[in-house]
Amino acid sequence: MSAKLLRKALRWIALAPALACSFSAVAADEPLKVGFVYVSPIGEAGWTWQQDLGRREMESALGDKVKTTYVEDVPEGADAERVIRDLAQQGNKLIFTTSFGFMNPTLKVARQFPDVKFVHSTGYKTAANVATTNARFYEARYLAGIIAGKMTKSNIVGYVGAYPIPEVLQGINAFTRGMRTVNPEAQVRVIWVNSWFDPGKERDAALALMGQGADIVTHHTDSTATVQAAEEKGKYAIAYHSDMSKFGPHAQLAAVTHHWGKYFTKEAQDVLAGTWKPDQVWGGLKSGMAAIEGFNAALPQDVLALVKEKEAEIVAGTLAPFAAPIKDNTGKVVLESGVLDDAGLNKMNYYVEGVAGSLPTK
Amino acid sequence: MDALAPLIASAIVAGTPLMLAALGLLVNEKSGVINLGSEGMMLVAAVAGFAVALDSGSPALGFAAGAAAGMALSAFFAWLTVWLGANQVATGLALSLFGVGASAYLGLPYVGETLTVHPSGIPLLKDLPFVGRALFQHHPMVYVSLLLCAGIAWFLSRSRAGLVLRAVGEAPASAHALGYNVRRIRLCALLFGGACCGLAGAFMSLVYTPMWVENMVAGRGWIALALTTFATWRPLRVLVGAYLFGGITILTFHMQALGVPIASQLLSMLPYLATILVLVLISRNANWIRLNMPASLGKNFNPNT
Repeated sequence: MSAKLLRKALRWIALAPALACSFSAVAADEPLKVGFVYVSPIGEAGWTWQQDLGRREMESALGDKVKTTYVEDVPEGADAERVIRDLAQQGNKLIFTTSFGFMNPTLKVARQFPDVKFVHSTGYKTAANVATTNARFYEARYLAGIIAGKMTKSNIVGYVGAYPIPEVLQGINAFTRGMRTVNPEAQVRVIWVNSWFDPGKERDAALALMGQGADIVTHHTDSTATVQAAEEKGKYAIAYHSDMSKFGPHAQLAAVTHHWGKYFTKEAQDVLAGTWKPDQVWGGLKSGMAAIEGFNAALPQDVLALVKEKEAEIVAGTLAPFAAPIKDNTGKVVLESGVLDDAGLNKMNYYVEGVAGSLPTK
Repeated sequence: MDALAPLIASAIVAGTPLMLAALGLLVNEKSGVINLGSEGMMLVAAVAGFAVALDSGSPALGFAAGAAAGMALSAFFAWLTVWLGANQVATGLALSLFGVGASAYLGLPYVGETLTVHPSGIPLLKDLPFVGRALFQHHPMVYVSLLLCAGIAWFLSRSRAGLVLRAVGEAPASAHALGYNVRRIRLCALLFGGACCGLAGAFMSLVYTPMWVENMVAGRGWIALALTTFATWRPLRVLVGAYLFGGITILTFHMQALGVPIASQLLSMLPYLATILVLVLISRNANWIRLNMPASLGKNFNPNT
């Protein structure tokens, strides 16, 4: 008798998961589960902070139609694959992997979960269920350059760079070209710190630039150290990634930022509607993915008006930061006519006219 | 000349946290204990110092909190290694990894806060042309670190207590036989080392880059460890080494900004290249290292066996 009872009980236990599954399948209008993988802690400013702002914007736009999960501080490499697979196994149907180094892990997991959609940031490999996205930060850099050209008194502007790769060079070159349209005398000096994130080095580099006469500094690194150093020395700074006016209320002239909320929302809506496609989105000022904001109250009205005017021209497509003629800083003509195409942007390996020094790779 | 003063000033500031931490580690190692937890201690001290300075408004209290945090961690390390006999290298590594995680967790509410740094310096001297800007406009802690260096040099070579400390590092069994309490002496040395690493960490978050962000020490704890060897356990050489390391990084930045055509990657290697070079040079003279390296470095001692 007891053996029979035991068998009965066991059968129920064995059935339990299946029952649970059928219940959850029955529940109608379950929210779309969306996962996010961040390469660094969210913090209060920087790349991942902006990604998380996007996630929150998507959440408030779509309400209970989505349910988001994020995993922060995921190192690029083998561990990333595990995290992405975990998210897929937990039932997330749309997963954003927000760093370049997540490219191969994303593709690997995507092959194992063909019904899950993946969106990878700043990469170049796609698959049937992997889309990519990036922003044309350089468009906003061009506008920041105009501000710097108008505001510099010493005609030396400092730029703290992380690594001499195309993405960073696009920023430096667009910035310089923007600056030289209003001030052909001004010069950009670059210091490479060979790190995305080392506040001490970033600060030292900014101080070195200011020590050599730069009265405006900007950066393509992840911390707020450059803006803080400028604040301390009574100089100006142009922030990157996030509005850093909190860290340099007097120093920050403007901030070159990126925004992902609208894009994330659209991707989620497409998945909900069943119209999602593995496309490659490279949005700029027009789509709002890149922006210039956080203007200093000390900026003269005419400078602000000029920036707004040029912004409208870029949005309208009548102005391109990399339109011919493009000369590198040795005087060689890189582009004689037309506008530099995406392939040209992606393999940029030179300084344009107006940047001092030579690239460390040469 | 105009560019030289800020260069020297920056090099001194960049070298100060390295020197503070390395001096503490030097005292540890002179007592025969190697504490690889410096990176973790510096990070925990950085967040503790920043939190206290922010909440109390007093940088001095911040430094005190940093030193206390460093001492607390090193006391734990001392309990594990000196009393329980745990392997020093493994325990130190664990302490470093623990410190990285713990500081990130404890620091969460402080990310994005900033401290205002008031200009400081030595009255009268700071207004001198050139030297004033290069040498006398620093935070008081920079001068404290110099005094500390001189003090440790005196303590180790001229005082009786210093002699006992070195004896414990060279031959703990002999020191024990003479009636010295090896464990207590090593505990004191470790606490002192922890306090120094704590000051170094607090210097990072209060003066160098006045903010808290995860992992902001960025490997300087490890450089400080290398520095003690680089300096062959001599406090004055620690001073030279720290400013050299700070100076080379700053020099690379200044050269880049001047447009000197030299690869920045090559320049980033220079501090390490310099370390290896000096190591090779001093190792050619075996006496230099052998005379200073504590003979029982890294070896645990149990008085009851």
